[in-house]
Amino acid sequence: MRSLPKILFILGSVLLLGTFLSPIWRITLEAPQYPKGITMYIWINKLGGDEPGTLQNINILNHYVGMKMIEPESIPELKYFPKVIIGMALLGVIFGLINNKKLWITWGIIMIILGILGIYDFYLWEYDYGHNLSDEAAIKVPGQAYQPPLFGSKMLLNFNAISYPYYGSIFIGLSLILSFVASFLKGKQDIN
Amino acid sequence: MRSTTFIFALLITASLFIYSGCGNGNSTGGAMSHSSAAEKVYVAPGEYDQYYEFFSGGFSGQVTVHGLPSGRLLKTIPVFSVDGEKGYGFNEETKPMLMTTYGFVPWDDSHHPKLSQTEGVHDGNFLFINANNTPRIARIDLTTFETTEIIEIPNSGGSHASPYPTQNTEYLVAATRFSVPIPQKDVPIDSYKENFKGTFTFISGGQEPGEMDIAFQILAPGYDYDLAHCGKGVSHGWTFFTSYNVEQANTLKEKNASQYDKDYIAAVNWKKAEEYIAQGKFKEWPSEYYHNYYSDKTHTGTSTKMKGVKVLIPSECPGLVYYLPTPKSPHGVDVSPTGEYIVGNGKLSADLTVHSFEKMLAAIEAKKFDDEIDGIPVLNYDAVHVGTVEMGGLGPLHTEFDGRGHGYTSFFISSEVVKWSLETFEVVDRIPAYYSIGHLSIPGGGSMKPWENGKYLIAMNKITKDRYLPTGPELAHSAQLYDISGDKMELLLDFPTMGEPHYAQGILASKIMDKQVKFFRLEENEHKYKALTEADTKVVRKGKEVHIYGTMIRSHFAPDNIEGIKVGDKVFWHITNLEQDWDVPHGLAVMGANNAELLIMPGQTETLVWEPKAEGVYPFYCTDFCSALHQEMQGYIRVSAENANTKMKWRLGDEAFGE
Repeated sequence: MRSLPKILFILGSVLLLGTFLSPIWRITLEAPQYPKGITMYIWINKLGGDEPGTLQNINILNHYVGMKMIEPESIPELKYFPKVIIGMALLGVIFGLINNKKLWITWGIIMIILGILGIYDFYLWEYDYGHNLSDEAAIKVPGQAYQPPLFGSKMLLNFNAISYPYYGSIFIGLSLILSFVASFLKGKQDIN
Repeated sequence: MRSTTFIFALLITASLFIYSGCGNGNSTGGAMSHSSAAEKVYVAPGEYDQYYEFFSGGFSGQVTVHGLPSGRLLKTIPVFSVDGEKGYGFNEETKPMLMTTYGFVPWDDSHHPKLSQTEGVHDGNFLFINANNTPRIARIDLTTFETTEIIEIPNSGGSHASPYPTQNTEYLVAATRFSVPIPQKDVPIDSYKENFKGTFTFISGGQEPGEMDIAFQILAPGYDYDLAHCGKGVSHGWTFFTSYNVEQANTLKEKNASQYDKDYIAAVNWKKAEEYIAQGKFKEWPSEYYHNYYSDKTHTGTSTKMKGVKVLIPSECPGLVYYLPTPKSPHGVDVSPTGEYIVGNGKLSADLTVHSFEKMLAAIEAKKFDDEIDGIPVLNYDAVHVGTVEMGGLGPLHTEFDGRGHGYTSFFISSEVVKWSLETFEVVDRIPAYYSIGHLSIPGGGSMKPWENGKYLIAMNKITKDRYLPTGPELAHSAQLYDISGDKMELLLDFPTMGEPHYAQGILASKIMDKQVKFFRLEENEHKYKALTEADTKVVRKGKEVHIYGTMIRSHFAPDNIEGIKVGDKVFWHITNLEQDWDVPHGLAVMGANNAELLIMPGQTETLVWEPKAEGVYPFYCTDFCSALHQEMQGYIRVSAENANTKMKWRLGDEAFGE
């Protein structure tokens, strides 16, 4: 089927919009007095929790050690990341219609760069929250930072912080894979 | 022959008493082997009990919630008595719950917890309980374990035969324990026979929060009405009430009310009553009563004075009430799971009387009446009686049922539980209770479907004597847990209870635990004086009244410094708990307050009234340990002289405000 690569590429681009359907990252704090843990979900455009009060509850815990309040309004990424995603999906559809392998590979490379930048940006936020502590904190533990890990788990005082990508990230991954599969198939077609 | 057996039974009972008395309390008191009983009641740390069991607090006026089989106390729910711990009846929101036509009543005697029913089975929606002294019925919402509704019962002197729901909680019932002049009037007490009356009351709205109301009352002869049960299955549509003092004595009742061989069980056809109401065959009496309702949206109780009840007079309403003669001042009247047997527990006898519903209907049809009292036909005893459990013990009080064809009856005087067959009416097993059992409870055993066919039985005992470490003159009442799943009943556990547990009901935990409210949503808070963020906090003076719109969150009050209060002011602390997490209540205690603390659940607003009497600076603080900075959760309020010109000011940290 000649149009298969094109369909796959366009499908992959549209799949990016799936990041609006599910969070892309999840951070869970575990401690004995929180038997079910406190879980924060990071969406492409918002922050959420497993309960309506989750963000407030995390902020209450964080304030003892002088961490800044996590306020979605003060995180500009939550406003422009959705635009980037929509933009890339649109660009993907256009590139798909142009049906040019080089453009597709370019698109894939831009996505990879954006992804790396996104994760680095996320790391910087985590670093800032974890290290930029108030001098007036009620509890000060010398040498202790509260930066959660990017991947994996880490003890932060009495809390075990567990951080992993969530379902929303699968859409980005699928999108990338499809773009490269499409490019590969397209390449074989072009040789023939 | 019969009397020999009787004496023999008494001797056995007496010897059991002596045996246990010699046990010095460190014997297991008849329990099965320690280790096997311990295994059956052991609930490992962090694990849950299988049942909730709701105990009446008796003269504490409250309800306690225990887990079974461990017997652990899970919660005390304030119902009819003020409770400083929770601020119940002290804060402005719950004071209306205790309003009556007699004014604010801060105490009562709570008796019979009954779970709401759907199709004769406990549905886990609500728990109801009656106040015996100032007649009322309360609803406890089983999603919050809070008292949310209380209705007063007019034309009643002591509400004991209550609240006993019908099969689908169409009605809750009540009857007057003490007959009184109805309507009340000033008459000589000696004119009892002439002037004193009883009432049966049917309360609607059991399944609709906020809708409880007196559907109708039935005027009855002036006896003492003791307990009740509604029919189910075949007898659905009827309610049965026991009476004593058919002698109509008004003094030295312990003798004078115990003379006749038989008293009556009143059988009330409430479906017939509905017909008479629909036909307008009622009297409209101008009786007054209170209806109090607490909303979990406004977090506020409201009292409404109601006026007017519909009263049915049996002599004008044929077929409404019948009397079933029943020996010796019956206490409990219990209906078997199918609804066929009506068991009269004649408390001054050794026997248990069982009537048949089917026979009763046939007797009514054939008009087998021996007498008629105030228009109420007295059915012929032999025409309704189907069996007698002979020599069950001494002093039967109350019977419940398993799902395997047995009744279990408490015998107060012989202090034992007796198991008998619903087929042969013969005793099949007996086991001592320590001591003087009143009611007993099989989870679901009063409904059409005992849970797990009846696995446990709880005895509620009036006397403990040497059962526990002594605690001065006043000793705890107690409950005992028996395993009744086998042929022989086995004593497993013995634990003290609050007040006097007149009755208890149990339900599988799974019917309730998953629908618990964990906190109240702030965005749904409709309290008149709420402050949903710290930015909304303020202090407002209205003449001599000062309203503090405050908040609390780990770990501070907003505001926490308040100035400008004057001696003679009435200060309303309206405090909203801003937490939105489970198990984070905060308390508010103000030095010198003449009422109690506030204990505010997450998302809730409560109000404490404080009237400072002297100048000075008063601390206030959080009482419920909430965080590592709980000790710091405190503030000051400054009180100036009445004529001082101290400006109204309040602050939290750097945020200061004022007039």
